[in-house]
Amino acid sequence: MLAATDLVIDIPERKSGTPLSFDVKAGEIWGILGPNGAGKTTLLHTLAGLKKPRAGSVNLNNHNIQDLRRKQVAQQLAVVFQNNGEGFPATVLETAMIGRHPFIAPWDIETADDLAIARQALQKLELSNLESRLVSTLSGGERQRLAIATALSQSPKLWLADEPSNHLDLKHQVQIMGLLAEQADTGCGVILCLHDLNLAAHWCDKILLLYPTGEARWGDANAMLTVPALERLYDQKLSMISSEGQTYFTPISSRT
Amino acid sequence: MAGAKSNNNTTSLPRFFTPLLVLFVFTLGTLTLAITTGSVHISNQELWQVLHGGGEPLHRTLVFELRLPRALSAFAAGGLLAVAGALMQVLLRNPLADPYVLGLSGGAAVGALLAMLSGLSAAAVSGSAFIGAMISAVTVFGLAHGTGSWTPTRLLLTGVVIASGWGAAITFMLAVSPSDQLPGMLYWLMGDLAYARSPWMALTVLAIISVVMLPLGRSLNVLARGQMQASALGVSVRPLEWTIYISASLLTAFAVTTAGSIGFVGLIVPHMLRLVLGNDQRLILPAAALAGGALLTLADTLARTLIAPEQLPAGVITALIGVPSFLYLLHRSR
Repeated sequence: MLAATDLVIDIPERKSGTPLSFDVKAGEIWGILGPNGAGKTTLLHTLAGLKKPRAGSVNLNNHNIQDLRRKQVAQQLAVVFQNNGEGFPATVLETAMIGRHPFIAPWDIETADDLAIARQALQKLELSNLESRLVSTLSGGERQRLAIATALSQSPKLWLADEPSNHLDLKHQVQIMGLLAEQADTGCGVILCLHDLNLAAHWCDKILLLYPTGEARWGDANAMLTVPALERLYDQKLSMISSEGQTYFTPISSRT
Repeated sequence: MAGAKSNNNTTSLPRFFTPLLVLFVFTLGTLTLAITTGSVHISNQELWQVLHGGGEPLHRTLVFELRLPRALSAFAAGGLLAVAGALMQVLLRNPLADPYVLGLSGGAAVGALLAMLSGLSAAAVSGSAFIGAMISAVTVFGLAHGTGSWTPTRLLLTGVVIASGWGAAITFMLAVSPSDQLPGMLYWLMGDLAYARSPWMALTVLAIISVVMLPLGRSLNVLARGQMQASALGVSVRPLEWTIYISASLLTAFAVTTAGSIGFVGLIVPHMLRLVLGNDQRLILPAAALAGGALLTLADTLARTLIAPEQLPAGVITALIGVPSFLYLLHRSR
C-alpha cells in the first residue's frame, strides 16, 4: 500500500543516511523505533507526504505521494500528530467531525452519515460524554484519544501515528493498540512511531530501527528486537525478560 | 442514505440561517436609522415615499445623494474590515490579528497623507491610499516569504515591523505638515466617512470575496487547527493561505480607501461573533460582513449626529461601542 523507494529523509545537518526501501502491506503493523532526534517524526511526515524527501520517493498505491492531491491522500491516509494543542477553540464533536473533511465536496455540508461516523469514533474512544466540551479543557490523555478518534472518523486505509500511546494510562494504551491492531486486521496498514519497546514487541509485525547517524535497519519484529541491536540503538544497557511467552525489555541502571 | 442526507441539510441550515437573518434585520435597521437621522429628520413614512420615487425633492436629494451613499459606504467599509479581520485571525492563528496587523493601514495612511500634503484631490487621496496598502501587502508577504518557508509567526513579525516603520513615517509627516492640513490628516487616520463617495466599488468587492470564501469555509475551519493537521486532512494549505492573504489584503485596502483607518471593527467584530456563534467560519464570515457593516453604519450615524453640526471621526465611536460590548461578552463567556 505504502512503499518507500530509496528514501532519504531530509534532516538538516545530516550528511547521509541509509536509503529506505520497504513496502507496508495491508494488515501489517510497522513500528519505528529510535532515540530522540533520530528522525522518527520526520520519517512519518515524509511517509505521509507532508514533507519532501531529500531523495527517493514514497508511493501510495503505486502513485508518488508528492504528485497526488492532498485531498486524494487524505481520503486514504490519516496522520495522528504528537502535539494536538494548536488552533482555535473547538468542541470535541467538531474536532472529530473534521476527520470527514476530505470526503465532503466544497459546496456541500456535513451529512447525517458524517455525523454518525464521527459519533461512532468518539464512542469507540470513550469520549461520547465529552462531546460538547472544549478541547482546551481536556486532559492530555483525552486529547490523545480525540486525535485518534478524529483519524478514525477519517476511515483511513493507512494509519500513520506518532507515539499514539503518549499521555495514555495503561488501560487506554492497551485499548488504543488493540484498536490499531483491529484496524490492521480489517486490512489497514499501520505505521507507528514508538518509544515503548514492550508495546513494539507485543503489537508490531515489522520494526524499523532508526539510528541518530541516519543509518537504518528494518525487518520482522522478532529479528529486529534483539538486545544487542536495541542497546546500540539507544546507547543504553538493556535486559530482556520472557514471561508467559511474551518478551519484555527493561533498561539496566547503575543504581540497584 | 439520500433521505438522511436531505434531512440533515434541513436541520443544520437553520443553525446558520437564524443568526444571519437576525443580523440582516439589524443591518436594515441601522441603514434605515442612518438615512432618516440628521439635520433634517425624515420619518419612516417619508422615507417609504422617497424610495418609491415620490416625496419632497429635498428629501430625495438628502437620501439619494448624501445619506444613502454614506450609509452604504459605512456598511461596506465595516463589512470589509470585519471579514478581513476574521480571515487574518485564521491565517495567523492568532486572536490578536486584525486587518491592520500586517501594516496595511500604515501603508495606506502614508499614501493618503502624501497625497494630502501634495494638495491632491480627494479621489487621488483614495487612490494613493490604495496603492500604499498594496505596496505594504506585497512587501510584507515578499519579505516574510524569504527563502520559501514562511510561518504565521514570521509573517506576523514582518508585518509588525513594517507597520512600526510606517508608523514612524506617519509621525514624521504629521510633524512637518503645515498646521492647517493637520485636522484633515488626523481625521483620516482616525477613520472618517465624510469623504466617502460611491460605495459601489467597496460593496462589489465585499460581495465577490464573500462568495469566493463560501466554499472555502470548511477548509478554513480545518486550517484553523494548524498547517500540518490541515494538510493531513486534505487541504492544499499553501494555495489556501495565498487566497486568504490576497483576499484579506484587498478587503482591507478597499476599506481603508473608503473610510480611512477605522480601528476595532476588524479585531472585535469577529471575536464577538465567535463568542456568541462559535467557531465555524462558514457562519462567521457572512455574519462578520453583516455585523461589521451594521456596527460601522451605526457608529457613523452617531458620529455625525452626537455633537451636530460638528462631526466626530467614526473610528472613535466604533471603539466607544466596541470595547465595552466586547469586554462584556468576554466576561460572560466561559
